[in-house]
Amino acid sequence: MKFGVLRFPGSCDDVDALLAARRVGDAELLWHGERDLKGADAIVVPGGFSYGDYLRAGSIARFSPVMESVIAFAGDGGLVLGICNGFQVLCEAKLLPGALLPNSNLRFTFRQVELEVVQEQTAFTCACGLDGPSPVVLSIPAKHSWGRYYADEQTLADMEGRGQVLLRYAPGHNFNGSSNDIAGVSNERGNVFGLMPHPEHAVDELTGSKDGLCIFASMCLAVEAARV
Amino acid sequence: MSDPATLPTVEDAIALGLTESEYELICEHQGGRPNRVELAMYSLLWSEHCAYKHSKKLLRSLPTEGEHVVMGPGENAGAVDVGGGLVCAFKVESHNHPSAVEPFQGAATGVGGILRDIFAIGARPIAVLDSLRFGDPASSRSRYLLDRAVAGIGHYGNSIGVPTVGGEVYFEGPYEQNCLVNAMALGIAEREKLVRSAAAGIGNVVVLFGARTGRDGIGGASVLASAELGDDDGMRPTVQVGDPFEEKKLMECSLELLERGLIVSLQDLGAAGLTSSASEMASKGEVGIDIDVSKVFLREADMEPFEIMVSESQERMLCVVEPSNVPAVMERCEKWEVGGAAIGTVTDTGRMRVFDGEAIVGEAPVSALVDDCPLYDLAPERPAAPVYPVPAPVLAGDVSMREMLLALLRSPNIASRRPLFERYDAIVQSRTIRRPEQADAAVLAIKPLVGRPAYEISPSELKGSRDPDGPIPASAVSIDCNGRRVAADPYTGTVAAVLECASNLACAGAKPLGTTNNLNFGNPEKPHIAWQLSEAVRGLGDACRALDAPIVGGNVSLYNEGASAGPIYPTPVIGMVGRLPDARRAGRLGFAREGDAIALVGPFAPRLDASELAKLWGRQLPDGLPQIDVEAVAAAQAAVRDAVRASEVSSAHDIAEGGLAVALAECCLTGGLGARIELDDDIEYLFGECSGGFLASGERQALESLSEQTTVRMIGVVEGRSLSIGDQIEVELPELTEAYEALVELFA
Repeated sequence: MKFGVLRFPGSCDDVDALLAARRVGDAELLWHGERDLKGADAIVVPGGFSYGDYLRAGSIARFSPVMESVIAFAGDGGLVLGICNGFQVLCEAKLLPGALLPNSNLRFTFRQVELEVVQEQTAFTCACGLDGPSPVVLSIPAKHSWGRYYADEQTLADMEGRGQVLLRYAPGHNFNGSSNDIAGVSNERGNVFGLMPHPEHAVDELTGSKDGLCIFASMCLAVEAARV
Repeated sequence: MSDPATLPTVEDAIALGLTESEYELICEHQGGRPNRVELAMYSLLWSEHCAYKHSKKLLRSLPTEGEHVVMGPGENAGAVDVGGGLVCAFKVESHNHPSAVEPFQGAATGVGGILRDIFAIGARPIAVLDSLRFGDPASSRSRYLLDRAVAGIGHYGNSIGVPTVGGEVYFEGPYEQNCLVNAMALGIAEREKLVRSAAAGIGNVVVLFGARTGRDGIGGASVLASAELGDDDGMRPTVQVGDPFEEKKLMECSLELLERGLIVSLQDLGAAGLTSSASEMASKGEVGIDIDVSKVFLREADMEPFEIMVSESQERMLCVVEPSNVPAVMERCEKWEVGGAAIGTVTDTGRMRVFDGEAIVGEAPVSALVDDCPLYDLAPERPAAPVYPVPAPVLAGDVSMREMLLALLRSPNIASRRPLFERYDAIVQSRTIRRPEQADAAVLAIKPLVGRPAYEISPSELKGSRDPDGPIPASAVSIDCNGRRVAADPYTGTVAAVLECASNLACAGAKPLGTTNNLNFGNPEKPHIAWQLSEAVRGLGDACRALDAPIVGGNVSLYNEGASAGPIYPTPVIGMVGRLPDARRAGRLGFAREGDAIALVGPFAPRLDASELAKLWGRQLPDGLPQIDVEAVAAAQAAVRDAVRASEVSSAHDIAEGGLAVALAECCLTGGLGARIELDDDIEYLFGECSGGFLASGERQALESLSEQTTVRMIGVVEGRSLSIGDQIEVELPELTEAYEALVELFA
C-alpha cells in the first residue's frame, strides 16, 4: 500500500502527512508540476497554503498538472484524501460538493476539536471503530482561516441522505460555523474525502493524540480489501 | 566622476541620520565628498541599527563561549550543539518601530526576517516565539496594535509552515506610544552543514535570489529604527510588506541549494538591504564585492542605483557561488519559482563597488563601511527621581484575598493567553510535544516524530529516526522579560528575567544551552537610559555566566520612546534554549492526579514591591529590588529539572507574576483539578513575587526528597473542584476559569 502525498509550492503539512502515512504504509511526495502519480494506491492532498492561497484558498492548486492526474485517478475510483487546504483544493476541483468559507469568527483558529464519526463503514473511517465503543469520537487538531463548510440546502439534504457526511464536530466544537456541524464529507461514490481538521497531526500520543491514525489505517484496509 | 555641485551636502547627511562629525569622517575615508550612492550606503551601515554605535562596547562584556556553543554572535544566528551531530540555531530580533507604524506588516516582516536569519545559516526553522508589549488594553490603540500584530505574526508563521509555539505579552502604560514586537526563531541543522556568511573565492559569482526589489522600506534602518518615533503616518512608506508564500519558496530553495552543496556562503537581506548584506559578506571574507545594479530584478523599472542598494524589499537572499555552479543554482531557483540573478563578483579590491552597467556609480572601502563607524561611550547616570509615572489604581487596598486572587487572574498581564495563541499554528512539522499552556516552556522533538525508524526524506535534516523504545531528544525554549521589574532595578530585574527563562526550562525538564537577547531601551544618549542599559547588560552577563548559558546572538533596539510619552520600561527580552534527554518525560504545569501532594520548592521569599498586585493597587515602583541569590535559585532549578526528568513529579510550575496564589490557580485550571492548601500566611507570601519559587505535585515522598537539593515546604494536596488556601480563599474552578478568560473580551 503506497500513499502519494502532493507537494505544491506553499504546502506546509506535506511532510507531516507523509510521516503519518508511513506509520501505516509506504508513502512518497509527488511534485505539483509532474503528472506521474508513481504508482500510488491512494492520494493525500495535504494542508498548507498552496500558491499562497492567493485568489482563494485552493483555487490555483486545482489547475496544477498533478491535479489533472488526481482527477483522473479519482474518476477511476482511486482513494483521495484532502486535509484542510487539500479539502479546499478538492472542492475547487469539484471532486467534492460544497465550499469552504471564512470561519464565522473571521480569524485563523487553532484548536484541538472532537469529531464524531458519523459513518463507520467507509473507505476513510472503517478502522476508526475497531477497538472502541460506538459512536466513535476522535480528538484531532484543527487550524485554519477558511473552514466553514457550506453547501446549499438541497445539496446538504442530498448528502445527508446518501451518507456523505462522515465526520461531524461534537457539540461545542464547531468553532468555524460549518453547516450541519460538518467536519468531513465524501463524494457520492465514496472514494474522495475531505476534512478540515488534521488527522496527520494526531498520530502519536506524544504530540497530544493518535486518534487521526485510523483515517490512514482505514484507507489501507480499503485498498487491501479491493485487491483481494 | 560626479559634478561636485550635485554631490550631497552635510545637511543631506544629517537628514539621513548621520552627525556632522560622522560625515566628516566619511569624507576622510572616501578622500572627498561621497556621492549619493555612497552616502546612502554609509548612512545605513553607520546607523544605530546596523552599527550598534551605542551598545557595541557594552556588549563586549557578555559571555559568548561555552562547551555547547557552535556559532556565536556575529553570524546571522547563533547555534548550540544538541547532540547527535545536530545543532539548534536561534535568535531574537525586534521590529518595534515598524509595528508601531503599521502593526500587521511590521510584525509579519519581523517574523519573516528572523526566519531568514535561521535558514541563512543552513538550519530549517522549526519554531517561532514572540514577545510583545503594549499599553493598557483599555486604550483602543493598544487593542488595535495587539490585534493586528498578532494577526501579522500568525499570517506569516502559519502560512510558511513554522509553528508558533510560545511567547509572552505584557500591558504597561510606558509601552502605549511605543509598542514592542520581538520575534524569536529556532532551527535545526546538521553541524557539518552549517554555512557562514563570509564571501570567499576571488572571481566567484554573487547571486541575488528571491523576490524582486522595489521601493519599499527605503531608509528603514537609518530613519525609522534608529531614532525616536515622531509622526506615525508619514513613516508608513518606510515599512516593508511581507509575502510568506514568497518566503516559503525562498526557504525551501535555500535549503535545497545548501543540501546540494551548490553555494559557498549565504546571507539574508534585512535592514539596509543589498548594501548591508554585500558589505558584511565582503567584510567577513576580507574581500571586495562588485555589484551591478542593472542586473537586479526590479519591481519598478525606474529605480535609482541608490534605491536599489538600500531597498528593504522582503524575501531576498544573497549567495556566493562558484562560476561552474551558477547554472545549477538557477535551475533550483526555477524549480521553486524564485527569481535569481547573477549580480556581482567577489574581488580582491577590498572595496564595495557599485556599477550601473559599465559605469561605476559608487564605491567605498569595505572596512570603512562595516568596521569604522565611530562607537560612542555611554554617559550613564542613575536617575535621581522616578522615571516612570505611578500607574492608576484599579483595585482597592482593603479587598479580601479571594478578591485579590480573582482580580489578578483577570489582569491582562496574567489572564490566559488562549485568545492570542489560538491564532497561531503550534503543531505543524510534527515536533511539538508541549504546546502553549501545557508547560512553562515549549518542548519540541529535535527530529520529527516518525512511527518506525529510519525513513529517509530529502533534505537530510528532515530524516526521522526513532527507536520505538529509545529516548526522544528534545529542545525546550522560553522567552521572557518582566520590564516592570527591570525598571525598578535594571541589574536585578535582568538577572530575574534570565532566571525566569531557566526556571521555565527546568519545569519542562531542560537544561539551558544558550541564550539570545533583544535589548529594548529608550534613547541611550540620555544618561538615565544609558544607566538602565549598562546595568541590564551587567545583569545579563552575570546571570548567563552563573547558569552557563552563554549569549550566542541577539539584537539591540534603542530610541524606544515617543516625543511626549517618555521611555518604555527597559526591556531586555531573554530567549533561552535548552535540551532534555527524552521528550516522553517532558514536564507539565497542570495538576495531574487527585491525591497528589503539593510542594513549594526553592528559595521562596516573595515581596510585594514591583509585583502585579502592587501595580493593581497603583503603587510607585520601588527604587531597587532585593538582591537574588543566583546560586540558590540555580540549585532549585536543578532539583526541579532532575525530578521532572526522572518522572518523579506529576507537575512543575514556576511561580511568577501574581505570586503563589496565581501559580496555584494556573496549576488547577490547566489540570482541571482543585487543590486544598494549608497555608495561613500573609498577603505578601501569597501574592508577592521573587525568583526561585516552584510548585510541584506528586508522591509526598518524592517531593520531600527534593529537600536534599533545595528548600521544600509541603503545602497541600490536589483534591476536588475548588482551590482553597487556608481560611482566606476558596474559589470553585468555574469561577477561576471565568476570571482567567478575561482577555477573550478584548477579541470579541
